[in-house]
Amino acid sequence: MLILTCPNCGIAADETELSAGGEAHLTRFGAGSSDADFEGYLFMRKNTRGVHFERWRHSYGCGKWFHAARCTTTLEVFGTYPAQTTEPPAELIEKIKQKRPEFEGFSK
Amino acid sequence: MRRYSAFAIAREAARYHSGWERAWASPEPKSEYDVIIVGAGGHGLATAYYLGKNFGITNVAIIEKGWLGGGNTGRNTTIIRSNYLQDPSAAIYEKARSLYETMSQDLNYNVMFSPRGVMMLAQTEHEIRGYQRTAHANALQGVATEFIGPEKVKELCPIIELKGPRYPVLGALWQPRGGTARHDAVAWGYARACSDMGMHIIQKCEVTGVHQDNGTVTGVETTKGRIGCKKLGMVVAGNASALAGMAGFRLPLESVALQALVSEPIKPCMDVVVMANTVHGYLSQSDKGEMVIGGGTDGFNNYTQRGSFHHIEETVRALVETFPMISRLKMLRQWGGIVDVTGDRSPIIGTTPLGNTFINCGWGTGGFKAIPGSGWAFAETIAKGTPGELAAPFGMDRFIEGRFIDESVAAGVAH
Repeated sequence: MLILTCPNCGIAADETELSAGGEAHLTRFGAGSSDADFEGYLFMRKNTRGVHFERWRHSYGCGKWFHAARCTTTLEVFGTYPAQTTEPPAELIEKIKQKRPEFEGFSK
Repeated sequence: MRRYSAFAIAREAARYHSGWERAWASPEPKSEYDVIIVGAGGHGLATAYYLGKNFGITNVAIIEKGWLGGGNTGRNTTIIRSNYLQDPSAAIYEKARSLYETMSQDLNYNVMFSPRGVMMLAQTEHEIRGYQRTAHANALQGVATEFIGPEKVKELCPIIELKGPRYPVLGALWQPRGGTARHDAVAWGYARACSDMGMHIIQKCEVTGVHQDNGTVTGVETTKGRIGCKKLGMVVAGNASALAGMAGFRLPLESVALQALVSEPIKPCMDVVVMANTVHGYLSQSDKGEMVIGGGTDGFNNYTQRGSFHHIEETVRALVETFPMISRLKMLRQWGGIVDVTGDRSPIIGTTPLGNTFINCGWGTGGFKAIPGSGWAFAETIAKGTPGELAAPFGMDRFIEGRFIDESVAAGVAH
């Protein structure tokens, strides 16, 4: 079972306590943006095979949102971090690069 | 190709079965083909088959990174139905279902299509209204379905518990010509027919890059070297986003794990397919006697072909509620497949931003039933360069236009 540590309350939460929220760090496009940008925000996804940055909600715990870095081909969890950021923390990127030399870093 | 028949069995029986030939050839790749199909699952092989049969295009290679039919084609619960609400869905799924009716004769390969009937249980007032609406829509679309009451449900499936602890069975949407087929045989039958037309099926050959010149595809890089092509068809289900990334574009897809499991074999106890969408469980009995159970998807992106245990628990709990007699069955095997899910839960068939490159993906949790119809429509798209009537509504442009084929709302669950 997938276990993620919630950075808000510090609990190592089982998958059954959590709700997956999809790809993280999307740039939000709303009214006034181009059709292509709006479509991209709503539907287009990296759907990465490998290191994936994603949103989770500790729904049966503290109820708060957070981010996780996880490998979609092994289910290895590299770490979790608070939701109040637009990109992953530098030290987490470094940690992933040490484990996965082929990882090129985070890009939008 | 030597045809399979009762006479062939008698002939081989008389000579110790020494004369059976291999069902398909495994050639080394040529340097170039007219069309390369990436993905030798049901959809890819069906596409190649109808390219040859309907359009006379036989200089075709079907490239597969694993083994033939080893992805979702070999991992589903083999249910075939076409009782969809939206017109474009009903059209392509009914085309597929009708092709299944004659597939064994067409391919000279027994795919064991069994139109035993599919019923989708209505267990809430909302579901009754929803399925009655679907039955009316199906009547207009020319798909034979009807809404039946609980007595008829019990008559068709005596092992069902109508008064379950949480949700009573209030009725069902019944499609008498829905059913099941032998999933591996569908892939093997198409492969044999494709090989017979001179097409090359190349297994254990992973695509690692897409070559292009001035915005038009020129070939693919593979683990067996570069292979050129005039047209490229991508039919790789859960890995569609990764392949599209090699070709330089993104897709409106997310890949998640979908699970299924089978019980130990028991004597025949149900001869229909039952889907209970409110409590979420599908049940049918295979010809070997195993109870075949379809589960739910995990919520997170996943390429591991294995799912979370708690989803099996939920599914089995729902089915024990609905079919109390299975409560002491032992489960034999469990497995997962990676399904590519779109925003409106309908597939994508059509052109891509790269010239002469076409994509067929997004079948999500319901691809097996669509194999022949999908291949039929995608072959037309590749041969003519633009989608035909069946495929046209499923273009990727529907997401920018907001022209959804909204089966996610129609079905309420994965379908």
